[in-house]
Amino acid sequence: MRQFGYERPEYAADAVALAERPEVRYLAGGTNLVDLMKLGVETPDLLVDVSALPYEFVQEDLDGLVRIGAGVRNSDLAAHALIRSRYPVLAQAVLAGASGQLRNMATVGGNLLQRTRCVYFQDVSKPCNKRMPGSGCPARKGDHHNLAILGASDQCIATNPSDMAVALTALDAVVHVQDHAGPHEVPLAELYRLPGSDPQRETTLAPGALITAVDLPTLPFARRSRYRKARERASYSFAIGSVAAALDVEGDVVRDVRLAFGAVAPVPWRARTAEAALVGGPVNEEAFRAAAEAELAAAEPLRDNAYKVPLITNLVVRTLAELAAGS
Amino acid sequence: MTATTAIGAGLNRIEAAAKVTGAARYAGEIPLDGHAYGSVVQSTIARGQVTMIDADAVLARPGVLAVLTHDNAPRLHRADDTDAELLVLQDDRVRYRGQAVALVIAETLEQARAGAELLDVTYQPEDHDVVFAADHPRLYAPEHVNPNYPTDTSVGDVDAALASAAIVVDATYSTPAEHNNPMEPHAAIAQWDGDRLTVYDSNQGATSVRQALTTLFGLADGAVRVLSEHVGGGFGAKGSTRPHAVLAAMGARFTERPIRVTLTRQQMFAMVGYRTPTIQHMRLGADADATLVALEHTAYSQTSQVLEFAEQTALISRLMYAAPNLRTRHRVVALDVPTPRWMRAPGEAPGSFALESAMDELATACGVDPIELRVRNEPSVEPDSGLPFSSRNLIACLHEGAERFGWASRDPRPGVRRDGRWLIGTGVASSTYPARSAPSTAAATALADGSFVVEITASDIGTGARTALTQIAADELRAPTERVEVRIGDSDFGQAMIAGGSMGTASWSWAIAKACRELLHTLHEIGTVPPEGVTAHADTAEDIKAQAQLSRHAFGAQFAEVRVDVDTGEVRVPRLCGVFAAGRIINAKTGRSQLIGGMTMGIGMALLEEGVMDPQFGDYVNHDLASYHVPVNGDVHDIDVSWIDEHDDRLNPVGVKGIGEIGIVGTAAALANAVWHATGHRHRHLPIRPDRVLTSLA
Amino acid sequence: MRLTFDVNGVGQQADDVWPGESLLYVLRERMGLPGTKNACEQGECGSCSVYLDGTLVCACLVAAPQAQGRAVRTVEGLATDSAGGLDHIQQAFVETGAVQCGFCTPGLIMATDDLLANTPTPSDAEIREALAGNLCRCTGYEKILDAVRLAASRRTEVTP
Repeated sequence: MRQFGYERPEYAADAVALAERPEVRYLAGGTNLVDLMKLGVETPDLLVDVSALPYEFVQEDLDGLVRIGAGVRNSDLAAHALIRSRYPVLAQAVLAGASGQLRNMATVGGNLLQRTRCVYFQDVSKPCNKRMPGSGCPARKGDHHNLAILGASDQCIATNPSDMAVALTALDAVVHVQDHAGPHEVPLAELYRLPGSDPQRETTLAPGALITAVDLPTLPFARRSRYRKARERASYSFAIGSVAAALDVEGDVVRDVRLAFGAVAPVPWRARTAEAALVGGPVNEEAFRAAAEAELAAAEPLRDNAYKVPLITNLVVRTLAELAAGS
Repeated sequence: MTATTAIGAGLNRIEAAAKVTGAARYAGEIPLDGHAYGSVVQSTIARGQVTMIDADAVLARPGVLAVLTHDNAPRLHRADDTDAELLVLQDDRVRYRGQAVALVIAETLEQARAGAELLDVTYQPEDHDVVFAADHPRLYAPEHVNPNYPTDTSVGDVDAALASAAIVVDATYSTPAEHNNPMEPHAAIAQWDGDRLTVYDSNQGATSVRQALTTLFGLADGAVRVLSEHVGGGFGAKGSTRPHAVLAAMGARFTERPIRVTLTRQQMFAMVGYRTPTIQHMRLGADADATLVALEHTAYSQTSQVLEFAEQTALISRLMYAAPNLRTRHRVVALDVPTPRWMRAPGEAPGSFALESAMDELATACGVDPIELRVRNEPSVEPDSGLPFSSRNLIACLHEGAERFGWASRDPRPGVRRDGRWLIGTGVASSTYPARSAPSTAAATALADGSFVVEITASDIGTGARTALTQIAADELRAPTERVEVRIGDSDFGQAMIAGGSMGTASWSWAIAKACRELLHTLHEIGTVPPEGVTAHADTAEDIKAQAQLSRHAFGAQFAEVRVDVDTGEVRVPRLCGVFAAGRIINAKTGRSQLIGGMTMGIGMALLEEGVMDPQFGDYVNHDLASYHVPVNGDVHDIDVSWIDEHDDRLNPVGVKGIGEIGIVGTAAALANAVWHATGHRHRHLPIRPDRVLTSLA
Repeated sequence: MRLTFDVNGVGQQADDVWPGESLLYVLRERMGLPGTKNACEQGECGSCSVYLDGTLVCACLVAAPQAQGRAVRTVEGLATDSAGGLDHIQQAFVETGAVQCGFCTPGLIMATDDLLANTPTPSDAEIREALAGNLCRCTGYEKILDAVRLAASRRTEVTP
């Protein structure tokens, strides 16, 4: 690692003021950033440690909206009674990620901004458009069996590695951000950018923007929600495909549904096409399958990742069927 | 054999308390006064030339003491048997990606690393050839395969027998590169005192490291001492001297200070060896009654441009089944890749995947139970050589395992058992591994206080060798284990076999038994122990040379149950059962754990582990523990390990066969056979990843 | 920078700490406490598990400044309040044969301590998931499960 400075401000405004230059990074749990610094992928000249900021809360307002501070540790989030009862999909997603030790360190804000685990991005001896714009994307020809089938570009086929963000995307979470213009809110779906021609830009955040909290809308039917993750070993590995789903059924008709996919796209993939196909339709596996296939019609698999299409389809069908059955 | 009391008991590991408290010191943790740190710079091309290394900027950084490159590094000597991979920083050639091209030495580890990261190395790259294939134009037949077996063997007329066989299985299997990944990264700290060199090193055999360093630095016999009291796993990756130890010694000579070099996890993927990928073509022919008439095993593997490593993949087919027409062949191609080396059961692990999968396919084709197929083809002598077996209890293992596993009620039809989203299947495979011994020396000393000290350059890489050897020595000396101290891991104790090839305990126990018996004989003659103690030395070279020519092998049977998720292709392993016939088991506690550990690594081989070579760059791109998956706790469920009581007095004085490797032999085939039984799809390429399973189910 | 923190109950100070150093580095190279192992430096193996203010973390991913003013407990500090030199978890690892090469052992003992503090009588599934972040290449985990079960049973006997 190279030389850099370190600050631990006590006020968000101070943090934001320190972090406006592109060479500055916020340090929260450090589970991703410290690793990337050791690998030479991230080379900040200043770390702004945000752990002294007052963002370790989970609270509910009078309207039932739940606000999660950006500094809440993943372990604490997954264990929180409010989250477990009202948003089981979120608790399950968080617990499906990493290991106990890492969940104890990682924060909500940091988890949302973790970088892709594409092996080319992580190896500074190789080209990567995300890390070094214009250098090329060796993953297209190389090892891409766990890279994107949706939303990718010629420039980048990396996937977003977060489990938590998939659940939050399904739940229509809203992110609170503070930047030089002051505090404001961004729907999570608008936080992430597709790679297009500039894959180095992963979010719509302004330089120095600090995530301070995440809001979860009331969404009563999220009590019936779940996260299903497929991976190459039984635990402690990134997804090869995942589905976050919440289902609201009235009689034998889908009244409402939330559906998001992980490990298939550069962003947590909200399956709006599938949702539209499902709402008002029957509650059966044929309908679930047709909806998943409609969403995945846009998929552009490469040589080694076409399996993700049936994988996600199957996960959607199974997860929705289980939610419908109340199991 | 002597009457025993300690052998067979589950004595607690002698150094366990030191390990659970963090007090045990591994090579990279030995503090030497005034030591500094070396950080390795690896090549970023697979083939070509280093044209310039600009060290000035790095040398100007705080704490940096030196930058060793091919321009200034101490010159090394080579002998005929020198491992060319150890000739680091001797010329400007790059022979594989990840080769050491410089060593940055600094006061602190972080300063050394920062310097290594910033060192500017310029290359003239050349086209590289890193793609292993069974039709590679440069494939050749090596003079022999590891360690010294014939490359090809042939008995009878395989082609004619296959042409007239009632049933033929003709299939090609492949296994990927696998990386040993012991938990302790390779480390060494070296210190010079004039022309004497002391190295604390992480290895599987201190005398072999001593020998290599003595030659490389042109030193006198006895000038090098290598110590390795605690070693954090090896699985073959520490079986030979590795470049980190040479670099530490070079750095120490250059700076005249003790230098520590510890590899990072990522560096290990190129610098310490790995299991070669293999492609294996199997042809089996049988009569209608499932009697083998022909067996042909052709194995392809890769080696490097640095030295030839010819894995003995097809060796297993020379001894397992009674085929009157039997042919085995090995072909190798030298690529611009890191040199493959030993990894747990080299040869037998990948070889058994092909042979035992093919036997399963043959059982299906013949319509007989896979165990019955093996019973019908059990040989009376080693089929290839005609040598008698010293002992062979494969069938007993299969029957015992079938009983424990509940095989009898198995429905042979594939793809018919379902529990919700899970398909369920079971499979079986045979295991074997050679039971060899190699010359070793040992010394046994009786002290005046009635205690004993035994010294041998054994290495305990986690096997439990220190504990097992204590039990053996205690029984030989007819003393309680508390009165016997076994000292290991110091090359000054003299030449001994490495902890490898499942030969450690067999070889060391022989030398220890001989020294202890000699000591008792002396004590009997002199009556009382003199104040200074009395020592007996032993060397087993002549004893081993005098051994009768026999086929000596351990055998075993492995059973697996799998559940395959039809939605995702994920394979889970609720049950494994292994029954082994491996001679005498010295310590039930450490022995069982060794076998379970081998089978668990077999789960990794079957389902998870794969070094992915990228032809664009010439390296294994998934070079860390996040992207190279080894089994975690959750991947393992019920593993039932047992052994049959086997007495074989034609092995060595203690009657041991070695158990370090056999646990992984056959596991992958048993699992692949179970996946077939679950799904009806035969996976001939490892690992059986979810994407491959799902694609096969589509 | 100057780092002041508490290690195993003793106040410690380290000078000229570069903020890029990890807590693992500080413990091993500055404090002379190599019981906490360095096996991957990426949070992918758990060998460096320590308590940071009572929370189990991977020391390799804690930047040194993050430990400022906090209390660290390592495997070397686990048995300090027991007379026999080993605490009941360490003793269980010894007796069940859960130790092989020993390089994963300190991390696993810390993780087991954390597990049993929160879940005194864990199910096998809970043990396997709780210890998923600690890789072991030797044992195949079975004896480690035995050790955790044994330690849990003894802990229950002591503190019902």
